Amino acid sequence: MKLSRQEYQKLYEKASPPSPSYKNVLMAFVVGGLLCVLGQGFRTLYQKAGLSEQGVAAAVAISMVAVGVVLTALGIYDKIAKRAGAGTLVPITGFANSVASPALEFKTEGMVLGTCVRMFTIAGPVLVLGISASVLYGLILVALGG
Amino acid sequence: MSTVEFKNPVYVRSWAVCAGKKEGEGPLGDRFDVVCPDGRCGEKSWEKAEMKMVTTAWKTALQKAGMSPGDVGCALGGDLLNQCVSTSFGFRDSHIPFLGLYGACSTMAEGLLLGSSLVAGGIQDHVLCTASSHFCSAERQYRYPLAYGGQRPPTAQWTATACGAVVLSSGKSGIRVTRAKIGSIYDPGVTDASNMGAAMAQSAYETLSAYFRETGDAPADYDLIVTGDLASVGKQLVVDLFDADGVDMRPVYDDCGLMLFHSGQDVHAGASGCGCSAAVLGGYLLPALDKKLFRRVLFCGTGALLSPLTTSQGESIPGICHLVCLEAEA
Amino acid sequence: MEYLRAFLVGGAICALSQVLIDRTRLTPARILSSYVIIGLVLTALGLYQPLVDFGGAGATVPLFGFGYSMAKGVEAAVAQYGWTGAFTGGIAATAGGVAAAVGLSLVMSFFFQSRDPS
Repeated sequence: MKLSRQEYQKLYEKASPPSPSYKNVLMAFVVGGLLCVLGQGFRTLYQKAGLSEQGVAAAVAISMVAVGVVLTALGIYDKIAKRAGAGTLVPITGFANSVASPALEFKTEGMVLGTCVRMFTIAGPVLVLGISASVLYGLILVALGG
Repeated sequence: MSTVEFKNPVYVRSWAVCAGKKEGEGPLGDRFDVVCPDGRCGEKSWEKAEMKMVTTAWKTALQKAGMSPGDVGCALGGDLLNQCVSTSFGFRDSHIPFLGLYGACSTMAEGLLLGSSLVAGGIQDHVLCTASSHFCSAERQYRYPLAYGGQRPPTAQWTATACGAVVLSSGKSGIRVTRAKIGSIYDPGVTDASNMGAAMAQSAYETLSAYFRETGDAPADYDLIVTGDLASVGKQLVVDLFDADGVDMRPVYDDCGLMLFHSGQDVHAGASGCGCSAAVLGGYLLPALDKKLFRRVLFCGTGALLSPLTTSQGESIPGICHLVCLEAEA
Repeated sequence: MEYLRAFLVGGAICALSQVLIDRTRLTPARILSSYVIIGLVLTALGLYQPLVDFGGAGATVPLFGFGYSMAKGVEAAVAQYGWTGAFTGGIAATAGGVAAAVGLSLVMSFFFQSRDPS
């Protein structure tokens, strides 16, 4: 039987099982929430240590990134992520994972051409677009203020 | 009419499978000749590991045939890596005349089809065919680094870590290659690279239905019809497409992507990769034909002809399916 | 109490993202980069600060927080240095996390390699 692309699409969408949404969402909620609790723990710790507001923000980010990179290096982060999905993707530990995983993966092509070149294959867009947006916002502030 | 009938007999003289650990834990695990204890096979990179698996597979197949590399007229093989490096490096010290193939996951069937043509045409007496894939080397080329925390949708497939090798010969043995059909490319417009079964199912249907039309055979004339790596989604589609023609494929039809792993092995829709159909061929189909448990089998290698580049350019995924008919010699 | 609020806010953001991933099949890179921009825009509009005040790390640890830090950094830098601040503020505010990710990943790559998940 000849099927049009639309008919074929209907057929394969019917045959394709959907993502197990409720389970996925619950896991994302719990794991993502727990990572934020960990972040809150660091925050309280650094506040008690008497860091400035900016200092606390930076220290929390650095600590969370360190957790993400170490768990990635030990091969634990991807195992959690398989179940947690967005719960491990969206927190800043997910950013750390997206930098550390190519660093480990491509070391077989050498430190410079492998690790260093490929480190931002996944995280690159976050920085490029984030930085560009921040510059644009800054220029708007200058224009409005000037 | 593109179905080829090999009038001069072509026989399968020997075969071997070198598989990974996860495949070794699957239902066919104890039938593989060599199972690597870990994905690196003692090598420094995933690619080197795959090359070693290719070498192991063809050497084992020749050993089982009682042949040395010098006896082989030529080798035909391919894999999934860029420029087919696993296969060519796996053969680089062999000095066997070599032709590299690329048919994505259909490579085992493509090799058998070409090899049989060379033997039946009287051009070669002995041809060695290989096909290999490796989960880790494929993952880093097509998707993400292994340590990246991604979640796979249920339609995703697991690239098999395996290499199969088959020696075809003009000298008589228990299994004969009787027919083959070169498939055409069909693109049903699927753009989701995590749903390759859907992208390839149409080509499998087209090749099979054209084969039945051209030969006058029906599915019931075969003990088993297998497709290469359509997995659960693609298999369902092939059944649905034949249903619409009033042909019931269910009694004889299965897919290698669903035969390589147990359902609890967390491979989502099923297995994929050149090594998937090659491992099922060498671990299940050929032994069963050899023991005369099957009389006639259709082995249909399916391939998704995409690259990461075409996917990022928004292209849909073309599929292909080559068919080989294997029969137990009376 | 602040831990519970962090858990709820952070969990809710991740749960919503999961719905987005399952429904749209957007790639992770697209989701993450749009989150940074959304976080930045919401902060610029004054809509994200209340969430940070309420949820603490629950609002700053998800990648919206990356955009939030960038926006805050740019605002402070422009106020202090004028137009050059528009260029330095965003990166400076997030330099800690990025530098930690780069440096630590490099160090880890000396000692670890990727593993076969099978």
